[in-house]
Parts: sequence; structure tokens; C-alpha cells
Amino acid sequence: MASRVATATLGWTLSTLRMKGFPWIPVGILFTIAVVAIFAEVLAPHSSEVGSLGERFKPPAWQQGGSSQFLLGTDHLGRDVLSRLIFGARVSMVVGILAVVVAGTIGTTLGILSGYMGTWVDQLIMRVTDTWLALPALTFAIFLAAILGPSEMNIVIILTLVYWTRYARVIRGEVLSLKEREFVRLAIVAGCSKWTIMKRHILPNVLNTVMVLASLQLGVVIIAEATLSFLGVGVPPPKPAWGLMLADGKKGMMAGYWWLTVTPGMCIALMVLSANLLGDWLRVKLDPQLRQL
Amino acid sequence: MKRFILQRLGYSVISLFLLTVTIFLFVRLTGDPTVLLVEPGASREDMAMVREQLGLDRSLGVQYVTFVADMARGDFGKSFYYRTPVLELYMSRLPHSLLLAAAAMIFSLLIGIPSGIIAAVRVGRFWDTSGKVFALLGLSMPQFWVGLLLILFFSVYLGWLPSSGSGTVWHLIMPAFALGWFFAAAHMRITRSSMLDVLGSEYVKLARLKGLPEKRVIVKHALKNALIPVLTLAGINLVLMVNVAIVVETVFAWPGIGRLLYEGIAFRDFPVVQATVLFSGAMIVVVNLIVDVLYAVIDPRIRLGA
Amino acid sequence: MAPLLELRNLSTHYVSQRGTRVVKAVDHVSLALDAGETLGVVGESGSGKTTLALSILRLLPTAADNAGGEMLFDGEDLLKKSPEEMRQIRGKRIAMILQDPMASLNPLFTIGDQVAEPLRVHEGMGRRSAWQRATALLKSVRITAPETRVREYPHQMSGGMRQRIVGAMGIACEPRLLIADEPTTSLDLTIQAQYLALLRDLQREHGLALIFITHNLGIVAKMCDRVAVMYAGRLVEFGPVRKIFDEPRHPYTRALLQSIPRFADSRQRLTAIGGQPPDLSALPLGCAFHPRCPDAIDRCRGEAPEETGAAMGHTVRCWVAGP
Repeated sequence: MASRVATATLGWTLSTLRMKGFPWIPVGILFTIAVVAIFAEVLAPHSSEVGSLGERFKPPAWQQGGSSQFLLGTDHLGRDVLSRLIFGARVSMVVGILAVVVAGTIGTTLGILSGYMGTWVDQLIMRVTDTWLALPALTFAIFLAAILGPSEMNIVIILTLVYWTRYARVIRGEVLSLKEREFVRLAIVAGCSKWTIMKRHILPNVLNTVMVLASLQLGVVIIAEATLSFLGVGVPPPKPAWGLMLADGKKGMMAGYWWLTVTPGMCIALMVLSANLLGDWLRVKLDPQLRQL
Repeated sequence: MKRFILQRLGYSVISLFLLTVTIFLFVRLTGDPTVLLVEPGASREDMAMVREQLGLDRSLGVQYVTFVADMARGDFGKSFYYRTPVLELYMSRLPHSLLLAAAAMIFSLLIGIPSGIIAAVRVGRFWDTSGKVFALLGLSMPQFWVGLLLILFFSVYLGWLPSSGSGTVWHLIMPAFALGWFFAAAHMRITRSSMLDVLGSEYVKLARLKGLPEKRVIVKHALKNALIPVLTLAGINLVLMVNVAIVVETVFAWPGIGRLLYEGIAFRDFPVVQATVLFSGAMIVVVNLIVDVLYAVIDPRIRLGA
Repeated sequence: MAPLLELRNLSTHYVSQRGTRVVKAVDHVSLALDAGETLGVVGESGSGKTTLALSILRLLPTAADNAGGEMLFDGEDLLKKSPEEMRQIRGKRIAMILQDPMASLNPLFTIGDQVAEPLRVHEGMGRRSAWQRATALLKSVRITAPETRVREYPHQMSGGMRQRIVGAMGIACEPRLLIADEPTTSLDLTIQAQYLALLRDLQREHGLALIFITHNLGIVAKMCDRVAVMYAGRLVEFGPVRKIFDEPRHPYTRALLQSIPRFADSRQRLTAIGGQPPDLSALPLGCAFHPRCPDAIDRCRGEAPEETGAAMGHTVRCWVAGP
């Protein structure tokens, strides 16, 4: 009996969160984060970069010692955690979306070129892709960060360089099978130029895959950015990246300042979870063949 | 079989070559490599001297050859911070990372594979649904956050486990869990989908038609086929684990190569960074080779040339 | 003498997850088969032939379930058997061969292992004796050099060999009934004849009853004693092959026989059966065939025909069937 209830609850959770119809909750969460990011200045009660040392390490409002002035407490420099989280949303969103869009564009373009043109173009692009894929993304990113130096712009560049290969690989596969399809052959027979075919026939047909990939990559990129920031090679202080907040929070953990660790992590997890759920839904909706991803 | 191995080996060699070229080019072509290859805080004269020493004023081709020649001799540079050859440093830290990765892998397989099998055999019911939730959570939470939460809970609040360092089994538990959690979810997912594929196959259908007991059908016929992609992924993941453990090692101050990389960054110790990255890539190439060969051993289609 | 297999009003339905859509894959099918006889089951794709076979073995997918009727095998009702009892019957007393031999064989195990398996499970044979028996079985299905073959893997065999290996697996435990689901569809024409001859010989040697599921009437004419014609899950005609081929009573059977091109007569036009195969989840009222039937009358549209002619051993479900 208990297991029946448990199954039902879990099933309901999953279906609400996930696949039955439009995934309202994940999209809602992502949308909220986006709104928060855009209107950060208006929404944040305090500054995210300046704090007063007299107010350091205040716990969240509902705990003893907390105040409603700092709803989620303050960090080691007396900065309001909530405000930092709000501005941090902007960082995550901007970096995440930029990285995904740029990496996606480059990766898709190269994937189409590689798949459609074949011969040395394909060989060249594939060799590079294989080599870059051999390096674990994180290690590669850290390596690049060491060379390029930390900044928000550099992070986007680094993440793009590391992740475009995922798109190229998959898209190339799609293009290879698309090449054999009737409408492409017809276009060739009709005398269309290579570029026309790639632009008008191949591209629209891989867009589905690209969208699914992009949404799945969003979660990956966000975690990557957070990890890099946590290690100190991502977004540099005093900008309030969630990963940075976790690094700061670590210092206060042993003393029991739990909110500095839990809150930024929850934001990251929430955002990634939503991106993953969205990606899963898109994958099922748009192309069941992509189960492999 | 022999031909297959030789072919694979050749492919690996090419990959290794391309790897070194990539790393080499990245360092040389982004701005002034002298800045990176010199200790922080060096003077202009020092920099000029180093530039000449390292041959940075010579052509790229020559530089590359020197680069590879040095590597062949085992010279990967000296750590600025520790003042010891990087190779030595790396090798002393590697066993720790391997230990951690092994523990994390065992954990992830112990949890991932059985839950994947159960989820597939009981599709749509309780275990499958909870498996899916588990997988989703595991794949969405950043590993280092899991580590931090574990420390918060088990060290700070409960005081049961040590929060950093290495040495005893107790030190190993939390980092292994933090590292393995993500992969457990990944393994569960792929075991489940692989099992489902196999369970729907014609030969499983025939096995049932032959009147074989269900347990035999699952264990003998389905599992062996289903585990092939799982083990492939696990093999690749093992190496991945060694390399992505950087964050977990940093959080738990575990003295592995991940932590070494972090130190390299924190102390601006570039030779360490460069070598670690090189080794990571090389490791993956080698493991891929091993996995492919193992694959051939299990699957007679590859071994005997289908 | 009682028939070996007797189906009485057997029905199998697929029910969708929410219980809304019901597909009557097998609808009130009654037929009988004697020991040593060959029955052909013919029909278009989707007519329910394979579901019928799986129903007999009670190995239906989870969405499907028995919806009434009786299945008597050697006098026992299979529907009343427990899962464990059914398992012991499968492969031992009733065996089945599937359509695609490559997919039916597990790529990771040797031929010998797979052929010996039913022997070890059902008859408790030891490893060595089971392998010897397996080698002998391969010989009886006319596989050359069985001693070497036994150690090889499925991907090393040709299509024809694989099909025969699957056949060997089927007869390993000397079942009384062997069901073959489109066994020749994936074979080359030249091999088909050999394979059918092999099945014929095996049948004679072992006293097997065969059920042949096929859409190829030529095979039915050559191999079968009785034939069952299925349409939209219902059995529309059943009886001795000779009789039905000479005097088909059901319009569908007639149309099927007419649509076989005859090479000798080049003047003959190819006649196809007009219309589309029915959607099983939305069957028309009355007779399922009436939209495509050239002889349909008003009654066909309203009432589903009942079975007639059981007494004569030639049953038909039709309002306009001749006497």
C-alpha cells in the first residue's frame, strides 16, 4: 500500500516536472531566473559587491541572530547573500546562454561543413574534434584559463572552445544521414550549389537536434562555469558568480555558516535541473532518435 | 585480432601526436608564452634569459621538436613552487587519484548497475520511477556542491567523518561518494536503457519461447549483451573520474593530481599545469585503447571480424 | 481421436494504458489441429496471425491479455496453467520459430551453447551430452561439418544456416507442436524450397504438428493440410487446404486466391483487393470485410457474421458464403 502511494507521488512528480505535456515548472524556473537576472538592480535589496564588515556572517532571517534586512544572511564581507544570488543569476544566465549560443553556432556550422563536404575538410575537422574531445572538458578549460587569465569574457571564450566539439560531432552524424535523403538528392540533381543546399535544406533539418543539444548543454555549461569560478579561474571577484560564492562559503563552513554553502548551490542545482528537464522534454518531443544523447 | 590491435594502436599514436601539437600550439600562440613559462615575479633580464634558454626565439617547428624530445627524455619541466621535476611530482600524486577514482567507480557501479537493471525489469513501476528521479538529481547537482554538503552534514553537524586530508578509509568515504554520485546516475541511466533495448530484442524473445526460466533469460542472455555499452562507458568514465576529480580533491584536500592542478593554478605554476593537462589527455587516449581491446575480447563479432 | 490443439472462441485484446482503446487482435477464433498435421495461418499484416501464435504460447506483450475462450492442448486448457507450468511447456512440448534468424540468435554465445540450452533446461542434460545431442541435431537439419559449426558464432553463419539452426533449437526437445512465424520470408528463393523440404522431413521423422504463419499462399498449398484465413483478428475461413483452394466460400479467401499472379497466362489482369486494410482500433460495425467486399449485402453492414459449417469441417464467417 505504501509503495503504491509512493509510486503515485513519484510518478506525479515526474510527470508534472517532465513529460506529460509542456514542462511548465522547468520553463517557469528558467524564466524566473532570466527575469531576476534582467531586473537585478530593481529586485536586489542591497548591493552585491559592497558590504559592511559590521554585518558579517549574519544567518538567514528565520534563524536566531538573523534579521529581515538580510533575508538570506550575509557573507564574510558583510554582503547580502540574497542580493549576491540575484546578481549571480545574471552572470550565470549571460555566460550560460552566450557560451551555448556561440559554441552551438560554431559547432553546427563546422558539423554541417564537415558532414556535407566530406574529404579533407571532414578529415581535418574530425581530427581536431577527436583530439579536443580526448581532453576532459574541465581540464582543458582550466588549461585555457591558465593561459588566458580570468575574466567573464574569457570564460565564454573558453567554454565555447571546449564545448563546440559536442555539437560538431552529433550534427555531422545527422548531416551524413540527411545527405542520403531524397530531397537532398533532388536538390543536387536540380543543380543547386553546395552552399544553397547546406543553407536551405540541411540546416533547417538539423535545427531540431541543435535545440535539444543546446538545452542539454546549458546545464553542463553552467556547472562548468560554476566549477571554474569555484576554483578561482572563472569569473573573478568581486563579481557575484554562484561558484565564487561557494568558494567563499567553504571558508565559513567549519564554523557552521551553512547558508553560504547551501543557497548558491541550490540556485545552481535548480537552474541545471530545469535545463536538464527541458532538454529531456525537447529530446522526446523533437526527435526520439536522439535517445543516445 | 592482432590486426585489429595494431590498427587501434596506430590510431592512438596519431591521437597522442595531435594532443601534443594542440597543447604546444595553444601555449605558443596566445600572446607571450614567456610570461607563462617563467616564474611569477621575474625581471626583464630573467625573462630574456629564459626566452633564450627555452629557445622561444626559434621557429615553431624547432620548438616543437625540442618539446617532444624533452618529453621523450622524461623532462616535463620543473615546478616553480615545489622546485622538483614535474614528472616526479605527478607520479607521487597519481596513486591517490587512482585510489579515489577506483573507490568512486566501485560505488557508482554498485549503485548504478543494479538499480539500472531493476528499473529496466520493472519498467514504469516504483523502482523505475525512483531511479529516474535519482538519475536526474545526480546529473544536475554539481559534484563539488555535493561534496560541500556532505562535509556540512557529516563533519560539521554530525562530526562523524573527517573533512579533509587522506590516510584512512574514513577520509575516503565522502570524496568517493561525492565523485561517484554523478557517475552512479549516468551508469544507472545507461544500464537501464541498454537493458530495455536488449529485453526487447528477438533473441530474448526466443529465449523465453524456449521456455527458459526468467532468471536465466535475464542473467544469461540479457545481461551480458546489455553490459557491453555500460562497461565501455564505465571504462571511459574511470579516466574521466581521475581527471574531473579536481574539484572533489580540492574540496576535500585530497592529495591527488586534481589537487595538483589546482595548486598549479593557484600558485601560477605553469609547468605543472601544462604537464597535468598533457598527461590527462594521454591517459584518456590509452584507456580508450584498452577499452576497445577489451570490447573485442568480450564481443566475438569484433574479435573474429564480422 | 481428440485433436492435438483446439482453440474455442479464443480472444486476445490489447488495452491501452488508460483503458480507453481496445484492439481486438484475436477475436473469437476457433480451430483444431490433429497430431502430425500442418496448419497454415494466412492473412495480411496486422490480421492477428502472430498474436494468435503468441497467445497459444501465452507470451503476449504486457499491453495484451487473453479475453476469453479456451485453448486445449493435448486435452489440457493452457489458459488455466500457472506461469511456471507454461514455461515448462514452452520449448519442450510447444516450440516456436521466429521470422528473423539473425536477430533470434544471441550474438555472444556459440551455436552449440544455444542449441544445447533447451536440452539442459528442460531435460536436465549435462554439458557434454547436451553438446553431443546438439551436434546431432545440427546434422539432422543438414548443416555440414556440425562438429566445427557447434563452436562457432551466429555472425559466422549464412542466412539459410541460421534459419536451420533456429529450427534445430525448436525440435531439440521433440515437441509435439512447432509454430513457425514466417520462417521463409527472410530467405532467398532458392533456399526457401530446401528449407521447406527440410521441415517436411523433420515433421515426418518426429511426428510433429506444424503451424505455419505466412502470407504466402504458395507455401500453404505445398505444405499444409488445413488452412485458417484471418482478417482483422477474426477467423473468416477454416478447413482442409484442397477444399478451400478449390471452393473458397469467403469473398476474402476468393480475392486472395485470385490475386496470385499466374505466370502462364499473360493475358490475365492483376487483381488487387480494393480498399485499405482495416484499422483494428476502429473496426466498422458488422462484418469487418464489408467495406472491401464485392458481394456485401445490407446485413453485412449491420451484423457481424457468425460461424457456420463446423459440422462439415469447413467453417466460414459470412452472410453470403455459398453452401
